[in-house]
Amino acid sequence: MKKFLALTMSAALMLSLAACGGSASNDGAAGDNAANDATATGVAIEGDTIKIGVFEPTTGENGGGGMQEVLGMRYANQMNPTVDINGTTYKIELVEVDNQSDKTAAVTAAQSLISSGVVAVLGSYGSGVSIAAGQTFADAQIPAMGASCTNPQVTLGNDFYFRTCFLDPFQGTVMASYAKEQGYTTAALISQNGDDYSTGLAAFFQQAFEGMGGTIVANETYQTNESDFNAILTTIKAANPDCIFAPSSIATATLLLPQAQANGITAQIIASDTWENETIISAAGSAAEGVALSTFFDEHDDTNPVAKEFVEGFKAYLNSNPQNLTSNGGSDGVAAVSALGYDAYMSIYEALKSLDGSDALNSVALRDALKTSSFTGVTGAISFDENGDAIKNVAYIKQIKDGKFNFLKTQSAE
Amino acid sequence: MTTNAFLQYCLTGISIGGIYALIAIGYTMVYGILRLINFAHGDIFMMAAYFMIFSMVNFTLPWYVSIVIVIGATIILGVVIEKLAYKPLRSAPRMSIMISAIGVSYFLQNVATYLFSALPKPYPAIGFLTKIISFGGISTSVVTFITPILTLGFVFILIQLINHTKIGMAMRAVSKDFETSQLMGIKINRVISFTFVIGCFLAAIGSILYFTPRPSVYPLAGSLPGLKCFIAAVFGGIGSVPGAVLGGFIIGLSETFIKAAGYSEFSDVFTFILLIVILLIKPTGLFGEKITEKV
Repeated sequence: MKKFLALTMSAALMLSLAACGGSASNDGAAGDNAANDATATGVAIEGDTIKIGVFEPTTGENGGGGMQEVLGMRYANQMNPTVDINGTTYKIELVEVDNQSDKTAAVTAAQSLISSGVVAVLGSYGSGVSIAAGQTFADAQIPAMGASCTNPQVTLGNDFYFRTCFLDPFQGTVMASYAKEQGYTTAALISQNGDDYSTGLAAFFQQAFEGMGGTIVANETYQTNESDFNAILTTIKAANPDCIFAPSSIATATLLLPQAQANGITAQIIASDTWENETIISAAGSAAEGVALSTFFDEHDDTNPVAKEFVEGFKAYLNSNPQNLTSNGGSDGVAAVSALGYDAYMSIYEALKSLDGSDALNSVALRDALKTSSFTGVTGAISFDENGDAIKNVAYIKQIKDGKFNFLKTQSAE
Repeated sequence: MTTNAFLQYCLTGISIGGIYALIAIGYTMVYGILRLINFAHGDIFMMAAYFMIFSMVNFTLPWYVSIVIVIGATIILGVVIEKLAYKPLRSAPRMSIMISAIGVSYFLQNVATYLFSALPKPYPAIGFLTKIISFGGISTSVVTFITPILTLGFVFILIQLINHTKIGMAMRAVSKDFETSQLMGIKINRVISFTFVIGCFLAAIGSILYFTPRPSVYPLAGSLPGLKCFIAAVFGGIGSVPGAVLGGFIIGLSETFIKAAGYSEFSDVFTFILLIVILLIKPTGLFGEKITEKV
């Protein structure tokens, strides 16, 4: 009897497995057909709710920064919770997933968003995960709006990926220009092996810096989750550069800075947009003093009324809930990624609004609307070029002084 | 490579090697007594770091009280793990108890993720340890400098304890022959608990020395150092305390010099190749005792 039961069970299991396999391959085929079909429509807008996916890391290496970006998106959703299209008021609902700062987990997270029926996706913090999931979104014909992913590969060759920030070649060049203007002639690079953001920026900085007549005296790399930088710092100290360019994650920064100080390194450390996070100051303390970095946004810049309104509202939003303050690194400082998260949401929102009067309510029409959309966001005027990248020409340089991020200057690429 | 840079590399390598040695002793002693590879040891090391964050940041206790609490809590954790997860399996096949150890390891990692979140937490700074000293062209923090000295001090005391005290004699007897020593009236459970006490004490010290200059703690922070220390123990000859210490220093130094040569992507690869090579050439390790099959 037992044997019979076991046999039946295993037969049932085999059948269900086969069924799963079958349906999965059917889905794949349907997706391929849809991609080849010129009149493809993607995901249709139905009912009275529009779902927008939030594809961000809230754990893992980039968990801290990703969370700040999510805060910006949640705030934007709170301020603009509904949209009117063709006389119907749609409620916009955010569907959040955690891509764990991991390229493999990112694809799974992207698929779970698609199966929950989102018409657009926001994110992600970290270029690597965005690149990994890009094809998944393109296959499902859902537009994705990156907020702070700066590597060119994110949008290149992907018709469905957009972003609201500037690119790494621009950022790398800006930092090289800044270094040059400060009178530095030699530089050292520290980048993370296998991380598209970090190695990309280091390469663009090197290209621009050498183009301006500077010399790279040391080019050091480290492994993901490395905690001991003493060996590479010793090498850099021996090479004696004027400045050190270290594009990396926040977690790395909190380890790197104290060790650089302990090794007696006095060269100017410059970094990229990721480092604009209060955690770095609270964890590295005096070791973080003097670090200069490029970023997308400055909360004290009052030339843009949209930004001014955002800063006031967002600070109130942060202070309204202790959990929000904790996620923001324990202060109510407005991070650039939060501003970009807000802009990412707003660009989808504006595109949804522009669908009013059209009879094609689906994710492909939304993508087409994004291509021609133009509005004033928190981080300046936003419109997209043929790759889907926001057209921007200026970066903000900030420096850590007396335990605070101080706005230094705006910097354009030379 | 200048002389200064070379000396700085040596100091870094010996310092990290010292920490590896402290943790490797925990692996090697437990193996010597129980013939068990305690895979949870790296995670006990990680938990010790969280205990420190708790007592110094959440309860704002001064560092000298915190160190005592951390050592106490780590020892209790280790002994409780032994009583709950290993003791009931004492007469079971050796494989079962090893699987239990792997289970404990995953359990600790996931409990830490659940309780403290996966985000890295800053490790509190102990004032005098993070002070920076420089002599000649070399600059380093106090903790990097005293780590190898502390390691050698503790190893010396440990060897005295094993060779010249009654409990040490009991430990040696148990590691030679578990059953016979039991028949001779040695309280086996006491000896095993004591072994875990020593292992966890050294893991707690190692944790303080490791995280002070690398102040970022997350639930998986113990897994890679744990694996490296396990390799250090195997390399030196598992079961042998001087072997574990030598293995720790060798791995620390080779890792640092590989990174110094600009091949940081190969530093971990090399450590694991070392494990494979030693297992192929001399499976008992550098100082390992010859295994004579008893019939």
